[in-house]
Formats: sequence, structure tokens, C-alpha cells
Amino acid sequence: MSKLRSPNVVFRIFILLLCAAMPVIAPLVGEPYWVDIFMRVMIWAIAAISLDLILGFGGMVSFGHAMFLGIGGYTFGILAYYEITNGFIQWPLALLFSGVIGAVVGAICIRTKGVYFIMITLAFAQMIYFLGVSAEEFGSDDGMTIYDRSQFAIGSVSLDLGDPLIFYYFTFALMLVVLWLVQKIVNSRFGMVIRGMQSNEGRMTAIGFDPFRYKLVCFVIAGVICGLAGILMANAEDFISPDMMHWTKSGELIFMVVLGGMGTVFGPVTGSLVFLFLSEILSNITHNWHLIFGPFLVLVVLFARRGIDGLFSKREKPDA
Amino acid sequence: MPEKILQIQGLCKSFGGLTATDNVNLDVFENEVNAIIGPNGAGKTTLVAQLSGSLDPDAGQVLFAGQDITRLPAHTRSHLGIARSYQITSIFLDLTILENAALAVQAHDGHSFQFFKPAAEDRRLIDPAMELLERVGLADRAHLPARVVSHGEHRQLEIAMALASKPRLLLLDEPMAGMGPEESQRMTDFLQSIKGTVTILLIEHDMDAVFALADRISVLVYGRVIAVGAPEEIRANLDVREAYLGEGEASDAGS
Amino acid sequence: MDFVLLAEQALNGVQLGILLFLLAAGLTLVFGIMDFVNLAHGSFYMLGAFLFATFYTWTGSFMLGILFGIPATLVVGVVAEITCLRTLYARNHLDQVLATFGLILFFNQLVQVIWPLDGLSVPMPEFLDGSVNLGLGIEYPVYRLMIIISGLAVAFGMFFLVTRTRLGMLIRAGASNRTMAGALGVDINLLFTCVFGLGAALAGLAGMLVMPIIQATSGMGEQILILAFVVIVIGGIGSIRGAFIAAIIAGIIDTLGRSFLDVFLLLLLPENAAEAAGPALSSMLIYILMAGVLFFRPQGLFPPQQR
Repeated sequence: MSKLRSPNVVFRIFILLLCAAMPVIAPLVGEPYWVDIFMRVMIWAIAAISLDLILGFGGMVSFGHAMFLGIGGYTFGILAYYEITNGFIQWPLALLFSGVIGAVVGAICIRTKGVYFIMITLAFAQMIYFLGVSAEEFGSDDGMTIYDRSQFAIGSVSLDLGDPLIFYYFTFALMLVVLWLVQKIVNSRFGMVIRGMQSNEGRMTAIGFDPFRYKLVCFVIAGVICGLAGILMANAEDFISPDMMHWTKSGELIFMVVLGGMGTVFGPVTGSLVFLFLSEILSNITHNWHLIFGPFLVLVVLFARRGIDGLFSKREKPDA
Repeated sequence: MPEKILQIQGLCKSFGGLTATDNVNLDVFENEVNAIIGPNGAGKTTLVAQLSGSLDPDAGQVLFAGQDITRLPAHTRSHLGIARSYQITSIFLDLTILENAALAVQAHDGHSFQFFKPAAEDRRLIDPAMELLERVGLADRAHLPARVVSHGEHRQLEIAMALASKPRLLLLDEPMAGMGPEESQRMTDFLQSIKGTVTILLIEHDMDAVFALADRISVLVYGRVIAVGAPEEIRANLDVREAYLGEGEASDAGS
Repeated sequence: MDFVLLAEQALNGVQLGILLFLLAAGLTLVFGIMDFVNLAHGSFYMLGAFLFATFYTWTGSFMLGILFGIPATLVVGVVAEITCLRTLYARNHLDQVLATFGLILFFNQLVQVIWPLDGLSVPMPEFLDGSVNLGLGIEYPVYRLMIIISGLAVAFGMFFLVTRTRLGMLIRAGASNRTMAGALGVDINLLFTCVFGLGAALAGLAGMLVMPIIQATSGMGEQILILAFVVIVIGGIGSIRGAFIAAIIAGIIDTLGRSFLDVFLLLLLPENAAEAAGPALSSMLIYILMAGVLFFRPQGLFPPQQR
């Protein structure tokens, strides 16, 4: 399924190299804050890749995916609040809760289709958002600052996430792992089932696949990966707030997926990069940048629906 | 004494004021080819949908090898040995021909909660899939996206996918729909080659194919079975001729 | 449990329900007839509020403000429909969601540019100020009663429109078979524009009616929009009757929930837990209701027959 296709592959390698080299490039060109932007790009890319799995490959339009960012972030934040800073406890728990809540939410939502699915995923995200807002102990609306990043230590070997450079490459490594993982999944037997479900669910049931089980597992996997992005985000910003799971964040995630090219493994990385950079540039030009950004998004939907990946290749199967 | 593999008892289905299936009773014997014919709008596809599990009947029972499958979901029926091809092509247009066939094979090769090994390199899927494609004559088109091949090739793929599950009962809904004479002949020859190895419930308008293949013919008009019997009996049956005369020459001319 | 308080909160619930209905009606019409998911519907609510405030400032009259505000919002809706939304009717729902999401960002920002003040308000008009005695010891604000009555009038107006008038017949024809209606000579584009405009005007009216009670702010549309979507999902997408019933139920549950849930919880849980869970649960009530309805009846309570 992986084929070398010149402009596409070169472009993707370029982006990855750009990410890898940014801590060196940024100070060189005198724009040190670019490292922060790329940090956010990579974290959002992880979240967007997870959404692409259910949206681009599985055809499930979830308008509540940002809830997992909140679940991951808040698990970390709450544990840190109670002075549990061991990453080996925080991270598995964050992923576990993401998975469990993903399973519960998914079990209800996947009974619906189309617009109902969009609305019910939005509704669940709202519920969890309100849970965060009402959690006065943890800052409610205003959010809560976290003073300690996750500590990872085995014996005398430790990973200091407080060091920006280390944290940057740790995130980069995680993004590569997620890319590799999702690439494997979409080309595996499971991935073929998911893609078949999007293509023709009726036929899938006729040939013997039970849609519910597979879609649910896919939803849970996507939730867990997004929870990972959430705990990364909370660490990176040293801050958690219900805003992480605001429904507009879910909308932005969908946009990143569409911008980069829905149904491609690497697309969300490009989408995240373009989205965040555009936001950054525009917001520096004018305080009222949504006046331009909003119509831009509309134009993308109207005229560049297949995203950046669509600019490169004709209709193609997914590959890395 | 051949076994009754499919027993349809008192099956009823209405859509608002329209009765599509009107108390249908039909027995199908193992390994026979039972062709269902009837004018357009007789409810043939509705009947097949209730047999395959994509539509719930209002009343009645369907027994498969003695087991009540009336309310079972489609995917369960597939694993019991029922396979279906569609009148309006229903394949995976986004995938290649080979991927289509491989998916159909995969559905019956254990569970699919396998996340790492690439499906395209899985010989347990690819080999049977290629074999199926060869049987229906699509082997050389295997790597083309399903979207780009011809309508006739879509119909061939339909059959291949239905056969992938090694079914005991094949529900074929107008397999020759939209095919020219040469393609229809090829399809008829192919169905001849598998006749007797699997039970086939064949819905078709192409009378040449029907009379060439069928062991028995069932005639469905306005949701009711008005006659069942050997081809010669049906040909001579007055009720049948009347039902078809109403349709004009269309039925004799084939698809 | 104070009966008067319960009655007043129930009425408040009905009032909220009426507002939700005004929004949900347009939403469900547009979805039912044009199969169009409009996330930016809340923007018409917001624009209605702002335009009303402006007209009020210019004319000094509450009634004139509304009289000018409604057609103004309608015009905005029609312009939006003709310029960019029309092309989306043929697209799938995801595209529609994304494009209208972009519109929300635009409108929210536009409002901040045109009305740079940090929140606009309109004072309660004198002739609608004060309370009225409804009997049984219930004193209810006149203004809120007016909202309920206006909303009921609109609801009856809509039923009449859809079931008794030619336009209503065209709307129902367009809903069940767009191509056929077009082939029969109905100008589908004009019809859809009218429906969309009507929906926008209703949303705008809701925005105007709340003005004396709350302030107009950028982004005010989204919160209530999500509730409106929940309402039409519960009621059955495309059904005005469903939207009405679901809106009233949702309004009552939300209001009574916020007022009385913590009391109820105190009976079951220790004080700390009840105090913490109360506000969280009460904002979740409507969503829990929707999840429950969808679980047992995925097509909503009153799905329209034609779809």
C-alpha cells in the first residue's frame, strides 16, 4: 500500500525534517517563539491524526473529539494537584480514562448515524465541558496552573520534561510513534474493516462484519490517542482549563483534518501546521483576524475540499 | 429426498399502503437453482432483503437449515452460510478489485482485530481472493480501483464477493442486470459451473438464463407466489402467461 | 417545596422553551426541507439582538426596534443564503458543518468590529415592566409572560402557515420531493431562500426578545444554538411540532433542574457532594435527556413521515 510518489513523499519528509530541526532553525532566524508554535503543531497533530482515524478513515463525524484532550489533561492536572507527579502513574491513567469514557460515549453514540451522530458527540463533549466548568476545586472556568511536569524516572535514569529541548523531542518522538501506529492500523485487517464501513456499511454487514464492534473499538483507539495529546498539551502549557474541550476546539480539529487531507495518515500533520501558522500570522496582522479566517475556512470547504493532500495527488489510497 | 435448506413461511411486508410481500410461502431445496421471476414491482428485491437480513418482515418466518433466522442481523446470517449479491451494485468503490474480494474473504477468516500486519500482504486473504477473481474472470483487473472498471465487471465482482464466504445459500438479485448478451452468456456459463455445489435463489428477468439454469421456477406477482414448478410447467402455466402478458413483450426479450 | 416558587420556575421553563422553539423552528425547517445543517443559525440570534439594540438607540422605541429588527435580520439571512450557503445544499453534512462553523467565527468577529462596546443592552420597556398576579399567589413578570404569549402566537402562526397556506403547501412539497416540485414549476431557489429567511427572522426575534433580560455579546448564539440542536434531535429533525414539544420539555427540565436539583440531591447525598454535583448535573440534564431519547428512539420523538 505504500508507494513512493514524488511530490507527496518529499513534502512529508520536508515537514518532518522541519519539525526536527526547528529548535535549531528558530533561534538562527531570530524567531525563538517558532519552537513554541511547532510544539503546539505537533501536539495538535497527534490529536488530529486520532480524529482522522475515525473521521477520515471511518467516516464517523465526531464533533466532540476535543473532550479527550480534556480527559487526558484533567487526569494529569488532578493527579498533580494531589501531588502525584509520577508520569508512570499519570500517563497510563490518562490513557485509561480516555479509553473507558471513549467506550461508554461511543457505545451510545455509535447507535446513531449521520447528523444525529454529529449532534450526540457534540452533546457528550458539552457534558464533559460543563463537568470541567463546575469543578471549582480545579479552577472551574478559569482553569488551573500545574506546577510540576510529569516525572519519569527509573532508578537513576530520568526524563526531565521541564527541559524545553527534551520535551520538544519527546513530543516529536511521540508524534512519529503515533504516525507509525496509525499507518499500521489503517493498512491492517482492522483498518480495512473500518475503511469498508465508511465505503459501504450495508455491504459490510452482508458479507459478515458487525459494524458496531469495529466502529466502537476504532472510536476508543482514537480517544486514547487524543487523550495522549491532551496530557501532552497540559504538560506543555502547564495549565488545564475547560477551554481545552470547548466545542470550537472540536471544530478546529475537524478543520485540521480536512485542511491536510481527510483519509490520509500524514494529512493532519500538514493541516495542523497550516492551521496554527495561519492563525498565528493572521492574529499578528489584526486583532480581528477571524474576519479573514472565517471566510478562509468557508473557501477551503467550497473549493479545496480535499485539502493540501488533494493539491498533490489525484484520488489515491492512503499511504504514509 | 433433498433437504429443504430454506423455508419461507407466511412472510409479510408492507410499506404504508403498499403490500410488497403478501403471505409468501416457499421452500427451497438444497443445491437446487430456484429462479424467482415476476413483473417489475412484484417485490422480488424486498423478498431477498428479508432473506438476507437487511429488512425486517412484518410477519412470518424464515427458516434456514431448520433454524429460525427471521430476526437475525445480516452479519450473523452471513456466518450461517447465506450470501447475497445486489441488483444495484453494492461494492466498495473506494477500494481496488482485489481489496474488495479480500475483504469478503476476511469476513470469514476469524476476527479482524488485527492491527499491525498489512492486510495487503496477508496470503490467507490474498490467495483465496485472487482465486475468486480468477473464477469470475477478473484476475487481470485486480489492482484497479473498483470505481474505474465497467458495469459488467462490477457485476462479476458482486458474484465473487458473494462466493467468498463459501455459502450454502446464494441469493442472487438480477446478477445480469445491465449486461449485454455476451456478458450475460458468460455469467450464465459461470453459474452453470457452480450449479449443484450451492443452493441458488436466482432473481432474474433474463429468461434465457432462467430457463437454462433453473431446476425450479417460482413466480412472484404483487408480492404473492402464484406458481412454483419445473421450467416446462411454468412455461405452460396460464396464470403466468397472463401475468406476463400484462407486461407486454419485455419479459420475453430478456433484461 | 414552595408551590409559588415551583410555579414561577415552571413558567420560566416554559419561557425558555419558547425561546428555544423560536430558534429550533428555523433550524428544523431548514434541515427538514433543505437537508442543510446550519451551525451559524445562532449568529442570527446574536445579530437580531445587536440590530434591535441599534434600532432602539436610534428610535428610542421598543416596538419600532423590533419592527425594524426583524426584517433587518431577515435580510442578513437572505444575503448569506444567496451568496455562500446555497452552494452547500448539494454537499454532505460535514461540509455544511465546517462551512457554517467558519461563518460563526466571521460573524462573531464582525459583531465585535461593528459594535465595539463590551456588551449592549436594552432597558425594559415601561409598558411591559412589573408583574401581574396570576392567581394562587403567583406574581409573574409581565415581560416574560409577553415572551410566552408571543412565542405561542408564532407557533400557531407557523402551524397555520405550513398546513393552511399555499406557501406552506409548497414548503411541504419541496420537502418531500424537491426535483418533482421544481419540475412542476415551483421556483425551488426562491422557496428555499424564503424558508431560510423565515428561519433567520425567527432566530433574530428570539434574540430581540431576550435583550431586556440579558446583554448582547459576541458569541452569545452558540450556547443556545447547541441547545436548539439538542431540541430538534429530541423532537425529530424536520418536525415543527416535535421541535415545539421538545423545546418546552427541555426548557422546563433545564430550569427546574437548575433550581431544584441541588435540593433533590441533598436528600440523597452528603452536603459536599451535593453542592459539587448540583451545578454540574443541572447543566448536563438536557444532554442526558437527548442521549436517553436517542438511545431508545434514534430518530427522535416525532420524526416527520416524509423523510
